[in-house]
Amino acid sequence: MKVEQISVFIENKSGRLAEVSGVLGDANVNIRALSLADTSDFGILRLIVDDSEKALSVLRDKHFTVNKTEVIGVEVPDRPGGLSSILKILDNNQINVEYMYAFVERSGSNAVIIFRFDNVDQAIAVLLKNGVNILDGKKIISI
Amino acid sequence: MPDHHLIWNTEAECLPREQIERLQLERLLQTLQLVSNNVPCYQHKFKGCGFKPGDLKTLDDIQHLPFTSKEDLRLNYPYGMFAVPMRDVVRIHSSSGTTGKPTVVGYTKRDISTWTELVARFMTAAGVTREDIVHIAFGYGLFTGAFGLHYGSEAIGASVIPISGGNTDKQIMIMQDYRSSALVCTPSYGLTIADRLEKKGIDPASLALRVGLFGAEPWSEQMRCELETRLGIIATDNYGLSEIMGPGVAGDCRLKRGMHLAEDHFIFEIIDPDTGQVLPKGSKGELVITSLTKQAFPMIRYRTRDITRIHYDHCDCGRTLARMEKTCGRTDDMLIIKGVNVFPTQIEEVLLQIEGCQPHYQLIVDRVNNSDQLEVQVEVNEHIFFDEMKRQRQFVTEAEKRLATVLGVSAKVKLVEPSSIVRHEGKASRVIDKRKQ
Repeated sequence: MKVEQISVFIENKSGRLAEVSGVLGDANVNIRALSLADTSDFGILRLIVDDSEKALSVLRDKHFTVNKTEVIGVEVPDRPGGLSSILKILDNNQINVEYMYAFVERSGSNAVIIFRFDNVDQAIAVLLKNGVNILDGKKIISI
Repeated sequence: MPDHHLIWNTEAECLPREQIERLQLERLLQTLQLVSNNVPCYQHKFKGCGFKPGDLKTLDDIQHLPFTSKEDLRLNYPYGMFAVPMRDVVRIHSSSGTTGKPTVVGYTKRDISTWTELVARFMTAAGVTREDIVHIAFGYGLFTGAFGLHYGSEAIGASVIPISGGNTDKQIMIMQDYRSSALVCTPSYGLTIADRLEKKGIDPASLALRVGLFGAEPWSEQMRCELETRLGIIATDNYGLSEIMGPGVAGDCRLKRGMHLAEDHFIFEIIDPDTGQVLPKGSKGELVITSLTKQAFPMIRYRTRDITRIHYDHCDCGRTLARMEKTCGRTDDMLIIKGVNVFPTQIEEVLLQIEGCQPHYQLIVDRVNNSDQLEVQVEVNEHIFFDEMKRQRQFVTEAEKRLATVLGVSAKVKLVEPSSIVRHEGKASRVIDKRKQ
């Protein structure tokens, strides 16, 4: 159910983002989705890759500060109001979304949204109960 | 009852206070005689204030004597302060000349043996015995640290590994293979070793290390805890400066309640660094030291520029010698930010209290629109890095809040990437003051 996401600390200076993608590229790790949250001093880069363990180890070797978190990938109908219906379910059940971002590829006719929740298991239970399709980790990286 | 196994020289280290003071007065008179006969700088200083060695009647009279400053040593570079002819000098050491000419100090044979005795005292107090293998990772050279600890270890009968500084991987290999049990280095290098062990996946418990003797730079109690936990040792502090002798001026006993001062060889005063007035016992201020037994390089009221406090109450270890607190910085490291005195060690202490935070930091002081700004750059690590911006900002805000409470002045915390702050294998330099540029 869950997907492994890695996050990387990046100082807000030119070229750092390129270095991260360069390190991953050299190691033959493919980035499947990413989002960047930043302040004027630093940024947090979150990535879904095809090989998290390898990504973590090559980034650590290059002295990057990295962490691993569990997120989930949710299939969202690719039409107006599609995302809204899912957010409503979460809201009605008092599930707080820490952050979310879109996956590049579609899953069939659906869009894929990555969600980070405080309480992942509770969120999964609520979404499943309401008939929302959660993508398997393995499936996501092979989309 | 004093534990005699942990005291090197019971007679000297457990003297009743009246006897310490009697001895100090006697030796001070001899020293004053020595310098007024042989050191032009002191002849000149004494003449200037109308002082003759015979005028000194009690120990308190010492406050009428002039100070000696680093500047005096520079003006008399290289040998002007020596009180004996060069043929009696068996060793030259010198302090780093970061701000101009270095200062040169000399030792007679007897000075070297006093030095050896005083280092053996604090090493014994830290628990070092003849069974130990002492790993000396101070640089051997003009710096006094390595030689002092070397002599003290040999006097105790321990086995010395004079590995000197640098090449951390080799240090670790030797620790593993030669079974080093006592580590001698700067506290910041101790952390560098801990970092490297962690990185290499070596469990400190697999080493034979049991005690650390750290010195040559100021460090905090939090840093002590960190060294103790991460290296699995007892971390002791010792104090000294080359102008006075080198290490051996003071050192921790196993109770770690302040470093016992070698009061039979030196007189210690605490003064107000601004007015030069002697402060009441127990006050915090600048440490001033007068040597009592040195032959080659006697010092009268030398201003150390180190800020500390002296405690005279009873210590359960059995020593009667007073104890000095860890120095909380130097008068010349002290930053004045918006009129408030700030020491880098205070900032280190706050950072180390925050879970997961390591003491890799740098202070940037600047003046923007005529107002002082303090920025504390902290290297991020996996324990203080979060994927959620909310928690990451909370960490920064919390650190800023704690700093403001302790310092009394606001500071901006900036997270930087690991290893972006320059590492020092010797003494750490923590401050970039752009106001001076």
